[in-house]
Amino acid sequence: MRNHRRRGLTALATIASLASVSVLAAACGSDGDDSESDGKVKITVEGWRPGDEQGTIDAVNKLADEFMKDNPDIVVEPVEWEWSAETFSTQLAGDTLPTTFRVPFTDTKGLAERQQIADVTEYVNELPYAEEFNPSVLAAATGTDGKIYGLPTDVYGVGLHYNRDLFEEAGLDPDAPPTTWDEVREDADAIAEATGQAGYVQMSANNTGGWMLTTLTYTLGGRLQSEDGTTASVDNPATAEGLQMLHDMRWEDDSMGKNTNFEWGTINEAFAAGKIGMYMSGSDVYNALVTTNQVDPDSYGLAVLPLSDSPDAGVLGGGSVAAVSAKASDEEQSAAVLWNDFYREKKNYDPAAAEADAKVLAESDQPIGTPTLPIFDEPTWQGVQDAIAPYVNVPQDQMSSFREGIFDQSLVPEPASHTQELYAILDAVVQKVLTDENADIAALLADAQSQAQALLDS
Amino acid sequence: MSSLLTRARGSASTLVFLLPMLLVFGLFSWWPIVRSVIMSVQQTNLVTDPEFVGLDNFRAVLEDPLLATAVQNTLWFALLALVFGYPVPLILAVIMSDVRRAKGLYSLLAYLPVVIPPAVAVLLWRFFYDAEPTGVFNSILGKVGLGPVPWLEDPAWAMPSLVIEATWAAAGGTVIIYLAALVSVPPEQYDAAEVDGAGVLGKVWHVTLPHLRGIMLITLILQIIGTAQVFLEPYLFTDGGPNNSTLTVLLLVYRYAFQNTTGGDYGKATALSLMLAVALALLSLVYFRLTRRWSE
Repeated sequence: MRNHRRRGLTALATIASLASVSVLAAACGSDGDDSESDGKVKITVEGWRPGDEQGTIDAVNKLADEFMKDNPDIVVEPVEWEWSAETFSTQLAGDTLPTTFRVPFTDTKGLAERQQIADVTEYVNELPYAEEFNPSVLAAATGTDGKIYGLPTDVYGVGLHYNRDLFEEAGLDPDAPPTTWDEVREDADAIAEATGQAGYVQMSANNTGGWMLTTLTYTLGGRLQSEDGTTASVDNPATAEGLQMLHDMRWEDDSMGKNTNFEWGTINEAFAAGKIGMYMSGSDVYNALVTTNQVDPDSYGLAVLPLSDSPDAGVLGGGSVAAVSAKASDEEQSAAVLWNDFYREKKNYDPAAAEADAKVLAESDQPIGTPTLPIFDEPTWQGVQDAIAPYVNVPQDQMSSFREGIFDQSLVPEPASHTQELYAILDAVVQKVLTDENADIAALLADAQSQAQALLDS
Repeated sequence: MSSLLTRARGSASTLVFLLPMLLVFGLFSWWPIVRSVIMSVQQTNLVTDPEFVGLDNFRAVLEDPLLATAVQNTLWFALLALVFGYPVPLILAVIMSDVRRAKGLYSLLAYLPVVIPPAVAVLLWRFFYDAEPTGVFNSILGKVGLGPVPWLEDPAWAMPSLVIEATWAAAGGTVIIYLAALVSVPPEQYDAAEVDGAGVLGKVWHVTLPHLRGIMLITLILQIIGTAQVFLEPYLFTDGGPNNSTLTVLLLVYRYAFQNTTGGDYGKATALSLMLAVALALLSLVYFRLTRRWSE
């Protein structure tokens, strides 16, 4: 009897351990078997961001169905995904990355160099508009080896976002945003004085401090790196001037508020809550301010950044590249480029496609008409703008300074080499200036310069 | 013969029972540790074949100017946590063990912070630490004529601010351990001390503390190991800022591995992790050697 029971227990334990083995095997196994047995190519694609509403999800799925009708050999499955520097490599290694997804301009070259995204030159060249890209935009999707690693699908220039209500409260004209950095400083001071809110705030954390210091430097005519990305020029007069201005606004005028630790998401949050008079961010940030932060459209204003008299003064431009996983097969790569053409790029080129897209977005109340910049030439961009005009639902009048002024400004790409690492070094510099009244700007820049050059030499 | 068979069968079934545990541990604890040892001598992007680079990763970490900053900050955090964080649970436990009414309520209050998810607690405290005079803590301080304090906004204040929150968050667990140990103190010893003319402090010094010595030594080394691996607070509160004043060793490991995306340097990250693990193991060894006699 005892033996009997023990045998029963042993059997039970065996079953339990076998079950746990199979559970583990299932957990560790990849479900990335992308080629279907019926000869169809199956791809997963970046569909919507975490937290997006059902309307957005439905719209993507509807477009995927349409695409599959036209391309019966391809099965498209949109999935939830958002670019995150932290998880990209592990997702790639663990086979949980979609076949195609968008990557910021700043990261494309590095990913290409590390062979983490696929060379899709031959598929891009088959597209009807392959020869018509704005060369400086296509450069962002091109690796150091000259091959194309994706489709550049959206381009922004950095703008000055401001709160019209706070302008009015401070007795300033919300239709006349500042046009020089001196005016920015004066207006910020007036806002802080009259409203008690921060007049001007600049991002400082999680590499955005470097991103925005680079932007500020460009507007003052400086550069942080040689164009070929071999020499660092962090210690330059324009950057020093920019930092001095931040220092004076923070410590002499006290117009930047007491909280300085902001990054992209938190600064949007504070701005939408009416706690910030002005800040710099990409021209397309209005979309996120609406869908994520519920900003009051009436209080929103967008202006071009003030540029100094220097002939090199320009505005920082960036954007996203729709790239393809390095693990995708040739068939999957080809299908992914076709999908990106259909879903993301055609609407930047073909007015009819743009109108159809705007119609779908309008049905789900998504913002339409937020300023973007040309991916192709300006007439093509204008044609697209005209096509979506009837659907525009953002306050374009309040963005007129930017819409009219941006084409007179020269767009300067982000530093070419080790961009994010450079930004991390600059984060510390910006934080020091904003949190230490006695920060020695010259010494900080000299130190950052040697770190940045060591980075490029490594 | 038959007993041999029974014994063999016995150990076979033991093994079968152990198997799920061994598998889970092996797969999710030991295998990653082995992998990180291997990775620390490799250059890998997790896609193409890794390349053997010898001790280059260790060399690169040791040459990183941020390493000294991170080690200093971690030691500073550990010291502050020791000075503020170590006595607090002990004092709380001694006081609570003396309370006669509503003992459960005090235990609950002390333990509550441990129940709150750490990330939620940090977000809550970030709100409390608002540097404006209108921030929660600053308005309280303002009422008594103090502040405003630039909690997380000043390189000198940032680390103490993290320690205050960390102490609040972790004290409850240690309080419970001390309370349990205090129950084992024979009440007649207190009576004897009282007869000998000892006051409250005298009783604590001559009776309570000697009884808690063993537990205190363990909680001390656990605290040192814990604070040396501090990550959550600097990551969520300040992301290492301002100006790297809260960059800790583990946050540096995280930055190597993840923050620079494309630069995802798993070799350097695992190399630094290993160095930290070895340092902590050595520290524990020395600590137990030194305190062996005292804890007996």
